[in-house]
Order: sequence, then structure tokens, then C-alpha cells
Amino acid sequence: MEQYIAQIQSFTALGLGLIIGLGAIGACIGIGIMGSKFLEAAARQPELIPTLQGRMFLLVGLIDAAFLIGVALAMFFAFANPLLASFQG
Amino acid sequence: MAGEAPANSTEYISHHLKHLSVGEGFWTWHVDTIFMSVLLGLATIWMFWSAARKATPGVPGKWQAFVEIVVEFVDTQVKEVFHLDRRFLAPLALTIFVWVFLMNAMDLLPLDLPGTIASWFGIHYWRVVPTADANTTFAMSITVLVIVIFYSFKAKGAGGFMHELFTAPFGANPLLWIPNFVLNIVELLSKPISLAMRLFGNMYAGELVFMLIALLGATWAGFNFASVSSMLGQVLMGSAWAIFHILIITLQAFIFMVLTIVYTAMATEHH
Repeated sequence: MEQYIAQIQSFTALGLGLIIGLGAIGACIGIGIMGSKFLEAAARQPELIPTLQGRMFLLVGLIDAAFLIGVALAMFFAFANPLLASFQG
Repeated sequence: MAGEAPANSTEYISHHLKHLSVGEGFWTWHVDTIFMSVLLGLATIWMFWSAARKATPGVPGKWQAFVEIVVEFVDTQVKEVFHLDRRFLAPLALTIFVWVFLMNAMDLLPLDLPGTIASWFGIHYWRVVPTADANTTFAMSITVLVIVIFYSFKAKGAGGFMHELFTAPFGANPLLWIPNFVLNIVELLSKPISLAMRLFGNMYAGELVFMLIALLGATWAGFNFASVSSMLGQVLMGSAWAIFHILIITLQAFIFMVLTIVYTAMATEHH
């Protein structure tokens, strides 16, 4: 019985690491690309910096969205694992 | 949380993640979420009502100037994108921005403070961030979906809206009706889902990181090296995360508002 619980817990932990790690890779690379384009544009046309900066923050929020949804789900599985519920119901 | 101390860290966090709920299954009411969101909604209304009541056309006072800055900021956002009569959309966007910002800002309160105050009234669970409850964010985004559909009907007419559902974006050939319809339904449904999940995920994850940081300080065991360094670590990391979270709070409120405006504006455009 403990064997099954341990198996579920270990697979959950591995899954959590993958969710957060892979999500972080995607989000960071995306923001890096967007930030580099913003810096290029700011260097070419400094008078556009206020407009572009506003849009850049908007995009930061949108790019981070999927990653943070993944983190929220991962945290949910970390502390209230529904897969374990059938054993402790 | 007077009385029972949590047995271990998982129990501490699970305790902090429970809502004060009444009923079960589909009909669970999260009383703490409802109370906090109504309270902060009233605070939002009071903020603008008091500014309007004391408004002078002469030199504005500080409160009036601040409210004018916020109103003008939101109005600029709406004006840039939406070209019909914005007397409904701009106040809606303003309400969304300020209300979501206030609800998110509840996350900056110290973690055990609401629980301690609630325990004076005999309440044992009190989650103080309404937007960290998926019910709130989905309620708001479903309302936005209804408004978007309403504006679609208003701008294109019932017939025009149906025509566009079946013939955009691929074309009017009857063979393409089903792909068009499926794509349009997916687009229509993905907007409120992503809107709600983005706000919920940000706030829930933020709250959870605050709880994990608080765990560091909860392991106090007298004036030894481990306890003092954990407490120092908690203060430092808590401050850093709170400062970062101020940005996230404002950003998420702004994004929710801008996306509401953009979705409504897109719904009124003809193809």
C-alpha cells in the first residue's frame, strides 16, 4: 500500500519539476527575444521608448501567463494531490 | 489560528489554502472570497464617488488629481482601440482595473494577519485574496465573454454575427462552414479561459510563494544559528518577493483591463 502511495508521490514530484522547468525555459526564452527586439528598437528610435515600453510590459504579462498557470497547477498538485485522494479518501 | 499549531509544513500550507466554505459539491460558497470581493468593490465605488463629490473645476486637490490620472489613463487605452460610443466600455474598464488591482493587492498583507483577526471572531479559515480563487476570475471573464457577444450582436446584427461565425476566416463556401465554425468557437471560448487562468495562476502562485517563504520563519526554535538565519532569510526573501509582486499585481490588473478592451473592440470590427 505504501508502495503505491510512494509511486504516486514520486511521479508527481517528477512531473512538477518538468512542468515548472519546461515552462520556465519557454517563458525566459520568449521574454529574452522580446526584450532584445525592444532594445534594438529603442536604440534605433529613442523617441518611441515610452510607447514601446508600455507594450513591452503588456507582452511580459501575456508571455508569462502560460508559465504561471503551469506553476499554479504544479503547486496545487504539490499540496493537495488529487491523485492521492483515492488512497486517503 | 489561535490554539492548534500546525504539525508540519504541509499542514501549515494546506491550512492556509482552505477557503471558508459553506455547502458542498457544485453549490459550495466561498464565503471569504465573496465577502472580500464585495468589500473591495464597495471600496472601489467609494473611491470614485468621494472624488466626484468633492470635485472642483479650479485647482484640484491631491485625491481628485490622482483619480483624474487613473481615469484619463484608462480612457486613453479605450480611445486608442475602440471606435464606437465608449460611455459603457470606459467605466467598465476602469472598474475592472481598480477592482482587480485592489483584490490583487490583498496579497501583500502579512500571511497570518487575516487568519489571526478571523480567529478573534471564531473563524478558522480565511483566504484574503479573492482573485486567487478561480471562481472570482472565471466569474469576471465569463461576464466579459457575455459583454463581447453582446457587442458582436450590437455591431453586426444577429444575421451578420451568424454569417461571420460560419464564413470567417476561410470563406463562404458551404464546405468550409464547419471548419470556420469550429475555429470561431475555439477562439470565442479560449478568450475567457485564458483571461481567467492567467489572473488566477499569477495570484495563486504568488500567494503560495509567500506561504513557502513564511514557512522559513515559522521554524523558530530559540536563538540559535539556524533559527536566526532562517528568520533573516525569510525577511529578505519576503521583501524581495513582495517588491516583485507589486509589479505583478499592477501588471495583471492592467492586462485584464487591456484584454477586455481589445476583445470588445475586436468584436465590433467587421471582416
